[in-house]
Amino acid sequence: MHRDSDRHKLFSRRAAILAGGKALLLSTLIGRMYYLQVLEARRYKTLADENRISLRLLPPPRGRIADRFGQLLAVNQQNYQVVLISEDVQEKRRSLEETLDLLKNIIHISPKERQRILREVRRRRGFVPVTVRENLNWEEVARIEVNAPDLPGINIDVGQSRFYPHAEVMAHVLGYVAAVSEGEQSGDPLLELPGFRIGKAGVEKVYDLALRGKGGSLQVEVNAIGRVIQEIMRQEGLPGAEIRLTVDLELQKLATRRLDGESGAVVVLDISNGDILAMTSSPSFDPNAFNKGLSTAEWKALVSDNRAPLINKAIAGQYAPGSTFKMVVALAALEKGIITPSTKVFCNGSVKLGNAEFHCWKKGGHGAMDLKDAITQSCDVYFYETSRRTGIDRIVAMALRLGFGMPLGFELPGEGGGLMPTRDWKQATLGQPWQQGETLLAGIGQGYLLATPLQLAVMAARLIKGDNVVPRLTRRIESEEWGMEEEDSEFASLGLNPQHLELVRNSMAAVVNDPFGTARKARIKQPGFEMGGKTGTSQVRRISKAEREQGVRKNEELEWRLRDHALFVGFAPLDEPRYAVAVVVEHGGSGSKAAAPIARDMLLEAQRRRSGAPPAPKQVADRLSAPESAVDGRDLRRENG
Amino acid sequence: MSIESFSRPQLTLGQKLWSIQWFFVLLLCVTAGIGVAMLYSAANGSFDPWAGRQLVRFGVGLGAMIVIAVIDIRLWLRYAYVLYALVLVLLIGVDVMGTIGMGAQRWIRLGMVTIQPSELMKIALVLALARYFHSGSIEDIGRIRFLMPPLLMVLASSALVLRQPDLGTALMLIVAAGVMFFLAGVRLWKFWTLGIAALGALPIAWQFLHNYQKQRVLTFLDPERDPLGAGYHIIQSKIALGSGGLFGKGFMAGTQAHLNFLPEKQTDFVFTMMAEEFGLVGGLVLLGLYVLILAYGFAIGLRCLNQFGRLVALGVTTTFFLYIFINIAMVMGLIPVVGVPLPLISYGGTAMLTLMAGFGFLMGCWVHRDVLIGRRGANDDL
Repeated sequence: MHRDSDRHKLFSRRAAILAGGKALLLSTLIGRMYYLQVLEARRYKTLADENRISLRLLPPPRGRIADRFGQLLAVNQQNYQVVLISEDVQEKRRSLEETLDLLKNIIHISPKERQRILREVRRRRGFVPVTVRENLNWEEVARIEVNAPDLPGINIDVGQSRFYPHAEVMAHVLGYVAAVSEGEQSGDPLLELPGFRIGKAGVEKVYDLALRGKGGSLQVEVNAIGRVIQEIMRQEGLPGAEIRLTVDLELQKLATRRLDGESGAVVVLDISNGDILAMTSSPSFDPNAFNKGLSTAEWKALVSDNRAPLINKAIAGQYAPGSTFKMVVALAALEKGIITPSTKVFCNGSVKLGNAEFHCWKKGGHGAMDLKDAITQSCDVYFYETSRRTGIDRIVAMALRLGFGMPLGFELPGEGGGLMPTRDWKQATLGQPWQQGETLLAGIGQGYLLATPLQLAVMAARLIKGDNVVPRLTRRIESEEWGMEEEDSEFASLGLNPQHLELVRNSMAAVVNDPFGTARKARIKQPGFEMGGKTGTSQVRRISKAEREQGVRKNEELEWRLRDHALFVGFAPLDEPRYAVAVVVEHGGSGSKAAAPIARDMLLEAQRRRSGAPPAPKQVADRLSAPESAVDGRDLRRENG
Repeated sequence: MSIESFSRPQLTLGQKLWSIQWFFVLLLCVTAGIGVAMLYSAANGSFDPWAGRQLVRFGVGLGAMIVIAVIDIRLWLRYAYVLYALVLVLLIGVDVMGTIGMGAQRWIRLGMVTIQPSELMKIALVLALARYFHSGSIEDIGRIRFLMPPLLMVLASSALVLRQPDLGTALMLIVAAGVMFFLAGVRLWKFWTLGIAALGALPIAWQFLHNYQKQRVLTFLDPERDPLGAGYHIIQSKIALGSGGLFGKGFMAGTQAHLNFLPEKQTDFVFTMMAEEFGLVGGLVLLGLYVLILAYGFAIGLRCLNQFGRLVALGVTTTFFLYIFINIAMVMGLIPVVGVPLPLISYGGTAMLTLMAGFGFLMGCWVHRDVLIGRRGANDDL
């Protein structure tokens, strides 16, 4: 017994040590718990919240764009798309393949699309919706809804997508929106949202920031794999600004119609304030296609079309101004006192300069011409002589004052500056000295000279009004953040002699209305609506001496790309001119035949729309439906009185 | 060993049942009740799939415990080696034909049930060692030759468990066995010597560790090393614990647990979930219950009049303690993640049955505390 009691004693001693050891270890546990749950609790609470709370961006609705009367040009449309949630498909014990096969009987899914869908499903978690197809029409939505019980995991999702109701009519002005590319990421988290679109051209691009708005935020509770459990907080963002353009949709439609089948551009502007009433480039494209995403083939077709449908020719097309430039030469010479209104030049059909001979378009010549006659009949010899006497430097100086030679700083991207060549320019770019023959060519708007249709319209506006008219495209930008922007333009005078301007104006009136005028066939006959203008035909090929001897080939005999460009600049009405127009029809033949009738229609319609009953917009935007601006109201009263 | 004589049972079944510490049983029920509640929460307020089954298992375990407690302790003494040998065979069986689960080969199918022999070994080894040391006098224990057979028992069992591989259980076996050597009276310098030798062997042992085990140790040393991989568990566990604060987020309101940031919340990380939902206070209440259970174990061990009972009582208590310590230290980032469940709380059948069987032996020691057993297993050898 004593032996066991020894063992018991030893055991008890050691058990006490063991108990002490265990107590020590348990104390470390308690100490650790205290450290984690009391001392560090705050830090870990933050970490736990970071774990469970996920911040999501809510895309704001993109601002709408309307014409000057509130007709909507760019809106947001509900975009129905089919999405597939693979987790829900599998829940019903059906394979993805089977479901897609069933779906294929209802809506079209190409084998390529099918591949993409399967790939995305594999890459993403089961609860993340994968887009099967976007932009469903109502019929397709209905068919899917009807079959919903047979299609577990297939849902219809509603998103917003940009829609241009007048598609081709406004394409070049509005531009289009498309998915954000890698290089366009600017740090704005909105741009990283899948499916987010930004403006890629036109107004959509220039005012993208205003149109975009500010994203809202959504706090959601998520679990470890990212599934949303519940919404915690929602903060709506700022919708994008609404933009009102100066453009008149009806004029725009008319211009599009008139240019149909041609390649060219029309610009109509309000001389009084620089408002662009119409700006059309033909052929056009459907901007809605960009939003949906173009196929490679469609894109290639657009890019390789030699009529360049993607280019806004009104601002980016550069053409030799031809005879429309003669007013510039006339003003340069008048202002410098090199000619007077009565100065006469005899036109016998050509001018010799050294070995070269410069021909007038009229083979036999016009005879004795003063300035008004020369403009009316577009006599080339008169302007060869005048420009020779004036010199290229003075001509170019006047051209620059009238808006040529450099971009006008217009609101749309991609504006061309045209080209007004000087001695320095030629030396610098071609390394050759200026030739006097080139001055002569410049006198009839040929040679190195280039101008955009917008510049031509601005030239017309400036020399009719005598002011430094600057074109503008937007009337108002409305948003909570941007405030409201609207100012009426007050232009500085160009400082030209009013008598010289009047002479040029009268000459232009004669071009259309005089029996000898080159554009007489295109005159406006309604009294009070008459227009003035100037035709232009710019050569795109060189006419060889041999050809001239055999007789110059007619445009109709040439292939399209070798035909002359047809140009026309004009204004109306003759009393108190209000509208300026420029028309360029690429390879259209002669300005009087191809361009002048279009200009006539534009000017007539512009005047009719102002003097007639105010247009009743069929579809007026709620926020843009405020009464027309005071400017127009006042003008209407004055017009009526 | 020629004559094995048992005294007739001096106690009737009624007396035995009467002498069971019912307050101790109540403690177990309360603790297991907390466990069922936590599993109910882990399933987002459902008895399915964990809480209900756990309750059934606890009930079965409770029955087994009482049965084990009332069976004469001398019978257990007599079959201690047989039990050990049986479990050892099962362990070899696992090695040869066990099923693989979660990267390790730990389970074996026996007819209808799948069991984890390594868990059973925790009790079998305690019984076997208790019997061995029961038979030795203080002088015997001083002899190194006497210590060789029990050392072999420990090594054989832990080596087989390590092969599965299950580092946590192997360590638990070795530590629990060490504690029994210590309680039996093995001189301290021997522990030191062995300890230093083991430390020297550590670099060699490192070579034999599986890659994932090395990973666990490395991750433990620097959890931020791989925050999305192996370190993820421990980081999320600490976030859950810490964010629970003093009073917790409320029952079934633990965000870390319910949003699945916390892995294995119904098994190894159940303590974390509890501490997230009930805070430091909740954790301390559970620890308090555990301390009371441990105190019972010590009291029973010290009160026992036979060495076998004493060693079994403290052996079982130590195993229980090791479960608690390793699990909680693990979820709090104090030691590497070794996959040891929290006793009576974590979901898991084998661990629950092992524990309840252990408590059965503990209670058996109490019921038979006054039975005197000779070194050779007979009470007439006094």
